[in-house]
Amino acid sequence: MRILYFAWLRGKVGTAEENVTLPPGVGDVAALLGWLRTRGPRFAEALEDLSVVRVAVNQEYVKPSHPIRDGDEIALFPPVTGG
Amino acid sequence: MIRVQREDFDIGAEIAALTQGNHQIGGVASFVGLVRDKAGGGAIGAMTLEHYPGMTEKKLAEIETEARRRWTLDASLIIHRYGRLEPGDRIVLVVTASAHREAALASCAFLIDWLKTQAPFWKLEETAEGGKWVEARKGDEAATKRWKTD
Repeated sequence: MRILYFAWLRGKVGTAEENVTLPPGVGDVAALLGWLRTRGPRFAEALEDLSVVRVAVNQEYVKPSHPIRDGDEIALFPPVTGG
Repeated sequence: MIRVQREDFDIGAEIAALTQGNHQIGGVASFVGLVRDKAGGGAIGAMTLEHYPGMTEKKLAEIETEARRRWTLDASLIIHRYGRLEPGDRIVLVVTASAHREAALASCAFLIDWLKTQAPFWKLEETAEGGKWVEARKGDEAATKRWKTD
């Protein structure tokens, strides 16, 4: 699964993009975020406050209960500030 | 029409091209966003706009489709820039054209309000203390909510 990070989330986790293999039991966005947090202090800090983390699956905004599967493009980013 | 680009744009030329040959158009509304030289009380030297290629175009196209569903428009255009911009530089252009002013003005306001909370862009400001990511404004969320129909 491909995960993209943007803006300060990219800076905090230290990468713009990575390919991950999901552990068994990680089937939705909430579980993915929980698992990512266990991958080290950078991830734990970046994902500490989920009220400032937006998630897109295949380029659509989704809720924590949204299912995920291998082959999805997941993006994590802060609330947007364009315009 | 949607364009996401690094280059600047010419407002007059864009409006002329958008309306050329369509004599049903009686009103054109536009919004231009510019880089300011201060933010949150501090001075900024420049900013860098980052975006999510692919999703940006997708969200802008959706927003435009929604505007054209709500109002009868003859033409519409959204241009949003990315990359490093300095105070005074143009960031975004929204143009809507219709037979009458009401649809043009309302849809233009709708498009910029929605764009600000839906299109995946982020601003990194260059300040005296270093780079600072702009935080989303609560007022932007409220501006989007006023267009909710459900």
